[in-house]
Amino acid sequence: MSATSVIEVRNLSKVFDLSPDQARKALDAGEDRAQAVREAGGVLAVNNASFTVESGELFVIMGLSGSGKSTVIRMINRLVEPTAGEVIYDGTDIGGMAPQQLRELRNKRIGMVFQHFALFPHRTVRENAAYGLKTRGISRRERLERADQALEQVGLSHRGDAYPDEFSGGMKQRVGLARALATDPDVLIMDEPFSALDPLIRRAMQEQLLELQEKFRKTILFVTHDLNEAMRIGDRIMVMKDGEVIQLGTGQEIISHPANDYVEDFVSDVDRTRSLTAGAVMQSPWLTASVDDQPPKVLAWLNKSRGGGVYVIDGEGHIVGVATGERLSEAAASGKTDLRDCVVDDFMTVSDETPINEFCHLTGGHIVPLAVVDGDKQLIGVVPRAKVLHAIATAAEETPQHA
Amino acid sequence: MPRIPVGDGIESGLQWLVDHVGAFFEAISAILLFCVNVMYQVLASPPEFVLIAILALIAAATVRSIGMVVFTVLAFVLVVGMQLWTETLQTLAVVTVAAVISVLIGVPIGILAANSSRTSRAVRPILDFMQTLPVFVYLVPAVFFFGIGVVPGIVATTVFAIPPAVRLTELGIRQVDSEMVEAAHAFGARRNQVLREVQLPLAVPSIMAGVNQVIMLALSMVVVAGLVGAEGLGGIVVNGVTQLNIGVAFEGGIAVVILAIFLDRVTSVFGTRRQRSPGIPEWIRGLLRRDETPSSEPAPV
Ligand SMILES: Nc1ncnc2c1ncn2[C@@H]1O[C@H](COP(=O)(O)OP(=O)(O)O)[C@@H](O)[C@H]1O
Ligand SMILES: [Mg+2]
Repeated sequence: MSATSVIEVRNLSKVFDLSPDQARKALDAGEDRAQAVREAGGVLAVNNASFTVESGELFVIMGLSGSGKSTVIRMINRLVEPTAGEVIYDGTDIGGMAPQQLRELRNKRIGMVFQHFALFPHRTVRENAAYGLKTRGISRRERLERADQALEQVGLSHRGDAYPDEFSGGMKQRVGLARALATDPDVLIMDEPFSALDPLIRRAMQEQLLELQEKFRKTILFVTHDLNEAMRIGDRIMVMKDGEVIQLGTGQEIISHPANDYVEDFVSDVDRTRSLTAGAVMQSPWLTASVDDQPPKVLAWLNKSRGGGVYVIDGEGHIVGVATGERLSEAAASGKTDLRDCVVDDFMTVSDETPINEFCHLTGGHIVPLAVVDGDKQLIGVVPRAKVLHAIATAAEETPQHA
Repeated sequence: MPRIPVGDGIESGLQWLVDHVGAFFEAISAILLFCVNVMYQVLASPPEFVLIAILALIAAATVRSIGMVVFTVLAFVLVVGMQLWTETLQTLAVVTVAAVISVLIGVPIGILAANSSRTSRAVRPILDFMQTLPVFVYLVPAVFFFGIGVVPGIVATTVFAIPPAVRLTELGIRQVDSEMVEAAHAFGARRNQVLREVQLPLAVPSIMAGVNQVIMLALSMVVVAGLVGAEGLGGIVVNGVTQLNIGVAFEGGIAVVILAIFLDRVTSVFGTRRQRSPGIPEWIRGLLRRDETPSSEPAPV
C-alpha cells in the first residue's frame, strides 16, 4: 500500500438475499461465482473488487445501472455490510470497527452525497447542512454557524432559512454537498450526485465540484453512469460491469486502450474524438524562450507564469528543450549565460494531424504541456491536459448517448 | 367427529386468570377508572359555554374554516339543549382515555414492527384477530375480569382500536424514503437518533391518520360499552332502545354523531398536513417568508 492511498479495497464481494453462510458457500464455489450465487437464489452485486484510492484524487466509478457501483461505495462506510473482502481506511480495517468507531468514521472522515439529495424535508436548509455536526453533538449555535459557512462555499449563503422543497434540483444538491462539506471530511462519497439534474445544471455542478476540489483537495469517490461526466471530472476512472471491476485507469488510458470489447463499446461514444486532431485542440504556446535569452530573464518569466518549465526555441523554430526553474536558478547562480545549458528533454511532441485518441494518454505526464509541431518540426502550439479532457467530453456529448 | 371443546378450554383458562391474577385486573380497573374520572373532571370544570368556546377555538386553529367553527358552536349548543351535555362529556372522557392508551400501546409496537420484519410478521395475525373478532366476544370476558361499568368498555375499545395505531405507524415509518434514512446513518447517527430525528417526524402524517382512526373506532364502541353498563351517550342509547323510547335513542345517537364529526375533522387535519419543524404553524411561516416561489437556478459560482 503506497503512502498516499486513503482507501484500499481488497477482494470485496457482496451477496444480497442469502444468509451469510449460504453466501460464503456460494462464493467459495470456485469457477463461476455469479452462477453459483444465482443458483442459490441470491444476487452477486459486487464480485471480488480490488482497488486503491489515492489521497486527493477524484476517483470515478462508472458503469451501467445495476453494475454494483452503489453497493461498492456503501461498503466503504459499511452502510452495506460486505459479504467477503476488506476495506482499509487509512491503515485501519473498517470491517473490524466497533459501532462507536464506525459512527465516528462516518461522522468525521467520510461525507456522503446522494442521488436524490436525501435532504430532510422537515428541517431548514441550514439545519440540513448542520446535520452531521448535530450528530457529533456540537452546540446549536456553532453548528448553524458552520453550516452557514458550508452553504456559502456552495453559493447558497442567505438561503439557510428556506426549506428544501422550495429549492430546484441543482440547489438541493448543493445543500447535499454543503451537508457533506460541513463536517470537513477527508473523503467524499458521491453516488450519482448529478444524475437527477438536467444537462445544463449538471454541467454547472461539475464545474463547481472541480472548483471546490481545486480548493479543498478532498479524496472523492464519484459514481456515475455517464461517460462524459467521468471523462470531464475524473482523475482516474474505474469501469464496472456485473459487479466486477473491468478496467481502472485515467480517462485517456481507457479511451486509448479499452480493456475489452465492453469498455470499447462503452467508450465508442467518444469515437468522434478520432476526427479531433492535435491541431484542432491546441492553443498557442503561452511561454517560450529563444536560445539567445538570458537565464535570469527567463527565470523571471517562468516565476511569473507559475508554469513548470519553458519551451526553448532555436532560430528555426525547432524545440531545443525545456528550461526548468531548477536549472535556470542554478545557471543564474553560477553565472552561466547560455540557455542551452539549462534545458532538459522532459516533454513530448505530436504532429498537428495526430487524432486526439492517439495522443491523449501522453498529456499530463510532463512538467510542460504536450507540444504540437508542424511538418517542419516547428513548434506551433501546446495542448494542456484539461483541454484534452474538455475536448473529449464535448465531442462525446454531441454524439447520441450510449446505454 | 368428536366435539373439540375449544370453548371449555378458554372458559377454564379465563377462570384460572380471574382466580390467580385477580388483583392485577383490579389494579388495572382502578387505574382506568381514575383516569376517566380525572379526564371527566377536567372537561366538566369549565361552564358548558366556555368549553364550547374552547372547542370552537380548537376547530378554528386546526381545520381553519368558518363553517367548521359555526358547526361546532351550533352542534354543541344543541347537545346542551338536549340535556345530554354531561353524558357527552362522559363519553368524550372515555374516548380520550381509550384513544390515549391505544396510541401509547400501538405506536411503539408499530415502531418495532417497522424496524423488524420478524416482529411485523408476528404482530400481523394478532392484529387481524383483534380487529375481526366480533366485539361482543371480548366484551364478555372484559366484564368477567373488570366487572360491569365503564372499565370493560374502555378495555374492549382499546383492544379494538390498537390495530390501526400499529398499522399506520408501521406504514408511516416504512414509507420514509430509504435514502433519507441512509443519509442519517451516513452522517453517523445512532439508530434511535434516526428514529427520533428522521423516521418519526416524517411518519407523523401517517401516525396521525392512525390516531384519527383510533378515535373514530373508540367512538363507535361507546354504544357497545353502554351495553355493559358504561355511563354516557352509550347508556342513553341503550336505555332508549331497550325501553323502546325512540326519541331518547335518537337524541343520544345525534350527540354521538356530533362528537364524531368534531373529533374526525379536528384530528384528520394532522394526517394530511405536511409536517415541518414543530412549533411554528404553517401560516406564520408563510407570513415570515420573504419569497414564496421556488427561485430559479442561480448562476453557478
Ligand atoms: N438491498 C438490496 N437487496 C437486494 N438486491 C440488491 C440490493 N441492493 C442492490 N441490489 C442488487 O445488486 C445489484 C447492484 O446494485 P447497485 O449497487 O445498486 O448498482 P448500481 O448502483 O450500479 O446501479 C443490482 O442487481 C441490484 O438489484
Ligand atoms: Mg446506484
